[in-house]
Amino acid sequence: MKLGRIIVKRLLLSLVTLWLLSVLVFAGGQLLPGDVGRAILGPLADADAVANLNHQLGVDRPLLVQYWDWISHFVAGDMSMSYTYRSPVAPFIAAALVNSLKLGAVAFLLVVPVSIFGGVWAALHVGRPLDRLITVAGLSATVLPEFVTGIVLILIFGIWLDWLPISASWPEGAGPFTQIYHLLLPSMPLFLVLFGYIARMARAGTIEALDADYTRTAVLKGLPWHAVLWNHVLRNSLLPTITVVATQVGYLIGGLVVVEVLFHYQGIGGLIYTAARGKDFPMLEAGILTIGIIYTVATLAADLLYSALNPRVHFGAVE
Amino acid sequence: MSITSSDAAGALDAASPASARSERLRLLLRSPTFLAGIFILLFWIACALFGTRLVPVDPYADDLLSALTGPSAEHWFGTDALGRDVFSRVIVGARDILTMAPLATILGIVLGTAIGLVTGYFRGLIDDIVSRLVEAILALPLVIVALLALVALGSSKVTVVVVIGMVFSPIIARTVRSAVLLERELDYVSAARLRGENAFYIMFVEILPNVMPPILVEATVRLGYAIFTVATLSFLGFGIQPPSPDWGLAISESYGLINGGYWWTVLFDALAIASLVVAVNLVADAIHGVFET
Repeated sequence: MKLGRIIVKRLLLSLVTLWLLSVLVFAGGQLLPGDVGRAILGPLADADAVANLNHQLGVDRPLLVQYWDWISHFVAGDMSMSYTYRSPVAPFIAAALVNSLKLGAVAFLLVVPVSIFGGVWAALHVGRPLDRLITVAGLSATVLPEFVTGIVLILIFGIWLDWLPISASWPEGAGPFTQIYHLLLPSMPLFLVLFGYIARMARAGTIEALDADYTRTAVLKGLPWHAVLWNHVLRNSLLPTITVVATQVGYLIGGLVVVEVLFHYQGIGGLIYTAARGKDFPMLEAGILTIGIIYTVATLAADLLYSALNPRVHFGAVE
Repeated sequence: MSITSSDAAGALDAASPASARSERLRLLLRSPTFLAGIFILLFWIACALFGTRLVPVDPYADDLLSALTGPSAEHWFGTDALGRDVFSRVIVGARDILTMAPLATILGIVLGTAIGLVTGYFRGLIDDIVSRLVEAILALPLVIVALLALVALGSSKVTVVVVIGMVFSPIIARTVRSAVLLERELDYVSAARLRGENAFYIMFVEILPNVMPPILVEATVRLGYAIFTVATLSFLGFGIQPPSPDWGLAISESYGLINGGYWWTVLFDALAIASLVVAVNLVADAIHGVFET
């Protein structure tokens, strides 16, 4: 079983990546600050108070013990106590994840069909003005920081036209449509970043497939154009696009920090930002590791999906 | 290097590396996207270097009596919450970001090139370790890695530069490594090895000049990301601190005011960042295109 072996190999590699990630996050959160108590209490605090706090937080124990304690609890779902709130971290992470998922889902549901359609359309009209527009605008939108596009979008749609609410937080007990209405403006900066990437992949893949021998054969044997497009061109061209879409999940989360801060939204990005400002290391580590896990799982899923959809992998032609 | 004389030389000997260089330069200078990008970039570099001497009003001088006035003949871009002149601040605001982003890029390129040369030349265990490390780092968005490191190490401009450079280095190393893998199989490397040159000489004197094109492309692409990241971090309140007229910082200070209709306090800074980022990416794209062909 070629596919089975690939799945096992990818799974193991992902586990190694996750382990390395946990070491990096641990190093960032617990090694680099040196004296955690001093970092929290500030340079003017009494030395006894600092030692006391360090003992309370358990950061005066050997590093390996600390790492094992942290990671074994984390795997069991216990993300230790927040320094700021003096209560368990996990419920905060869970609630924030739900909010971020809503925002991410709105952005994704908007961007995936639009950008794939845009990319394929551009590929079918290579060199025309609209193709150039989609390519150049998509590329420019992708490289702009989310807070820059966000600010301009807020000014245009939130203030001047007054079409959309500028706060992502909906009133208590609002229905799904009100929630989506409030998430439209925040999802737009994410839309702009993703549009360029996905459209470019869809365009490049379609151009390649249009140029391939199998497409020429299909046309020459007299198949109707829509059948060629669906069965021959798009089936092949959208394969790499799927992978790109899944890997963009990670970038989406990176963008969430900025977008959630800009729109005052209580998601995982906003949570990480608040934790970072308040030097709440357990919250920060848990948030960052959660994001890393989501990204790694998304990448793995993309890899496996690609392998499952690509007949060449089945027959062992590529690995 | 003068363009005309090397052009003539290129006509005589098309195979020489110098003529390939001048040919690339000629292609670049004919590319409208490159020219547009380099023009905007030079404008902002000039602002960063001479801005304080060019602006009509001291960008740091506050004047609370004329706070938050709209654009006028006196204040072209209006004034911010402290009554400071937004136009002067936008011009001088190029300075911090155009110092930090290139420094971070240079650090990443130097480290990454060294790592890439060593891993590509020796392969084996170091190679595997670096590849895993790259994947672990890439599993986190750059802004989040930077947040973690800045909180842990303390927020300062130097930390921002070092963190971005460090995160870039394995990514650049991967590009350099794949270029080195191709080069090391070529005859000139075997020849150098047979001559008895040591590994250090072969890597840095023989191979390095031949892998410069991908490094140059990578450098321009990374510069775009560095500007993106520095701006985003200063918007989040890390790195550049008040009273710097930095654009990201200005937006973070003023975006609470846009509800009241004070759009000029953020719009011009946003447009400045947008123009700089797009300009660098236009240049990067053009350079990439020239070296691809």
